[in-house]
Amino acid sequence: MFNRSLGILFCFLFISLNPVWGAIPAKKIETANGITVLLVETHSLPMVQVDLLVRAGSILDSEPKAGLAYLTASLLEEGTKNRSSKQIADEWDALGTEFNASPGSDYVTFSSKLLKKDLEKGLTLFSDILINPQFPEEEVSREKTELLGHLDNEKDDPETIAAKAFDRAIFGKHPYHQPLEGDEETIKRITREDIVRFYQTAYNPRGAILAFVGDLTEEEAKTYAEKYFRLWNPKPQIHSKNPLPPKIDKKEIMVIDKDLTQTSIILGHTGIPRMNPDYYSLLVMNYILGGGGFSSRMMTNIRDNKGLVYGLFSHFDSRLETGSFEVTLQTKNSSANEAISEVLNEIRKMRNEPVSPVELQEAKDYLIGSFPLKMDTHAKLAGILIYQEFYGLGLDYFDKYAQRIKKVTAEEVQRVARQYLDPDRFVLVAIGKQSEAKIGVNQSISIQKEKTKQP
Amino acid sequence: MALFPAVSHGKENLQFSLSETVLKNGLKVILVEEHKAPVATVQVWYKVGSRNEVTGKTGLSHLMEHMMFKGTPKYGKGIFSRLVQKNGGNDNAFTAQDYTAYFENFSSDRIALSFDLESDRMGHLSIDPNEFQLERNVVKEERRMRTDDNPFDFLSEQLYAQAFIAHPYHSPIIGWMTDLDHLTRQDIFDHYKKYYLPNNAALVMVGDFNSKTILPEIQKYFEPVPAGPVPPPVQIEEPEQKGERRFIVKKEAQNPIVLIGFKAPNFKEADQYPLTVLGALISTGKSSRLYRHLVYEKKIALETGTDYNSLSADPAFFLFYGKPQAGKTVEALEAAILSEIDLIKTVPITEIELQKAKNQIETQFILSRDSNFFVAMQLGIAESVGAGVHYFDTYLDSIKKVSAEDIQRVARKYLSPDFKTTGVLLPPSNEKN
Repeated sequence: MFNRSLGILFCFLFISLNPVWGAIPAKKIETANGITVLLVETHSLPMVQVDLLVRAGSILDSEPKAGLAYLTASLLEEGTKNRSSKQIADEWDALGTEFNASPGSDYVTFSSKLLKKDLEKGLTLFSDILINPQFPEEEVSREKTELLGHLDNEKDDPETIAAKAFDRAIFGKHPYHQPLEGDEETIKRITREDIVRFYQTAYNPRGAILAFVGDLTEEEAKTYAEKYFRLWNPKPQIHSKNPLPPKIDKKEIMVIDKDLTQTSIILGHTGIPRMNPDYYSLLVMNYILGGGGFSSRMMTNIRDNKGLVYGLFSHFDSRLETGSFEVTLQTKNSSANEAISEVLNEIRKMRNEPVSPVELQEAKDYLIGSFPLKMDTHAKLAGILIYQEFYGLGLDYFDKYAQRIKKVTAEEVQRVARQYLDPDRFVLVAIGKQSEAKIGVNQSISIQKEKTKQP
Repeated sequence: MALFPAVSHGKENLQFSLSETVLKNGLKVILVEEHKAPVATVQVWYKVGSRNEVTGKTGLSHLMEHMMFKGTPKYGKGIFSRLVQKNGGNDNAFTAQDYTAYFENFSSDRIALSFDLESDRMGHLSIDPNEFQLERNVVKEERRMRTDDNPFDFLSEQLYAQAFIAHPYHSPIIGWMTDLDHLTRQDIFDHYKKYYLPNNAALVMVGDFNSKTILPEIQKYFEPVPAGPVPPPVQIEEPEQKGERRFIVKKEAQNPIVLIGFKAPNFKEADQYPLTVLGALISTGKSSRLYRHLVYEKKIALETGTDYNSLSADPAFFLFYGKPQAGKTVEALEAAILSEIDLIKTVPITEIELQKAKNQIETQFILSRDSNFFVAMQLGIAESVGAGVHYFDTYLDSIKKVSAEDIQRVARKYLSPDFKTTGVLLPPSNEKN
């Protein structure tokens, strides 16, 4: 969707760092059917943020039907035992609010912002959608057509094309290699029966996490969670077993030729799962390297001192299973090779020399000191509760987090840089006008054309 | 003083206190205490944007914004954001047609750092020629990314250029590429001297602080910055449009796009309220007319919606956009959007629909109070465009008074073919459309 109502240009893209948790005054209970309920009680506004996590992400998708988890989540609100798709839309809009499904790879979250006076009406709708979806045939076929249209549309976004090619290249046979939404072929294969079956096995109150943030008491949270979700039947939990992504043993370059003024680049390789104990050292290392917005080394070198890019980030995407390390940037076609070699130089330098005491301290100060800003709205706070619970980090997580960040040393930063960054074995995807960019020319690396269909 | 009037939702009273003070040098200080979390946002708003630019010098305000991060004698290049970040804060800035704003978000205990940094660069910016050259290149990359390689933004830029002939809204905020090539360090310096004055700015602060004790701190840092001559007003008025305008852009893209814009009243006219309700009715939510009729039922649009914001200094724009679904033509989609507009003009809307649209506006208004940043931004916009922060005192009451007849009346008056500009982006490979 276009969101142009502000019509403004930001000086820089908003920084999206890994979230940081606080010692949040949260309460935790469990419903009879196994939903973990978390509550943060605030009375500053007459509103309640409701978020629900279900372990039904695309990690459960099988390759021929990639996109099944995504479609199932999108179709939940398109008709239930009690309401048609239109009635559901009418009722949300009458409340002045909406129901959001956010399908992801490890899980799906559903959320709604409700005025306190509408809380019970909202929960009635919310739980009906979750517990009683019907997946009417005509809605399935409409949603599939729309999804195919959006995928086609996405081909105008070079970063998305590059990201999909990158995931396909680094994750091997692991389900993370598939796009969340599937592709033209897999979506066409998905039937209503697939969706119904997926819903029946994956949508389980056991392992689900419900977060309430706002104007309600512990008693109300308990009562509402039972009242509205008690008819959701528990079943055995699914544990997917996935192959590990392969080791990347060379430089693998994919060039996608498209008539653009800029080349969009993703460079990287596999990373770590979220629960790897080196997570904290990597957070500090990556902040200094390319994660720390205006202050990172890559930004200082490649944007501020060379004027080659507007945006540039490095990022460890740490998920339930092995994630990725990636550097993303856009630069005019003719400077693509220069930007790439600067990125590689920064990675080498990070491995070869210890970071300075000042850099180390500033990174720690930011990572620890910015936590109040990570939870200054009801929605952010609910998001944190859900994440913290999903990864089993505990309600005292911020204290542990701060301790772990504080302990990171320059030697430790260098050790993890050597262990988890590789400037010689990586995947590079570049989409742009190759006659100007000449990716890899004068570099001793083999170039392969992207295998999948591209515009 | 009440920013948001008391509303009928629940027992809680949504009023909160807002104070406005003008410092000796003309800087307006707007403070709103909000104690729900130990954080605050500080925003400095300058009343200058692309609206203040002239032919050949477009993009100046936005490039100026980038240069504000390039250092002062006190805090050299790169220090600003590092200081903010090592104190656990975030900073950024944005430029629009009517304003340029800078902000920091901090834990409440670090907030005075903002006053130091913002007052320093309000009074003493260094504009190094070499840094100017580098940053101009960064902005050109930004333009390539946002506009040149983005079909929607490319078409949108052309739409403004066609709809506004004389007024500076004609030109894009980021500037035309050749203008960026020719801007000079002297242009930036002159712009800074002319517009970056305390008497052309407002400081807006929302969050967990005490207004009585924070004001002397603000005075201490900002009052030494001298006032300057009042910047010249923008005197260009857009001549009245006399008839429909239409154009085609040919650009490589997956799908065609249509944009239909109508000149519309801004905050100075009461008709803004029925137009706002009309916007919600026609495009907010899955039960809205555009979604239900064009996406859900006729399956003719892949995406469609509207955009209208009355908080602009000069004429606002009521914009419809759409992308056809595969196999559907852009002409058919345009006709379908126009028939929805006709429907509003000819068939009275129902009370249920009217109430639903008002509920959406009211609920979102209340829920938006959750974000300090957003509240400060709304206040900054209202102040910068000339509506003033008290604009919001009567906002919901004015929305509630809108009747079905008002909506029909404003649709007939403003969504008229005579004020319409239509732009279509056609991929060359798709010309059969």
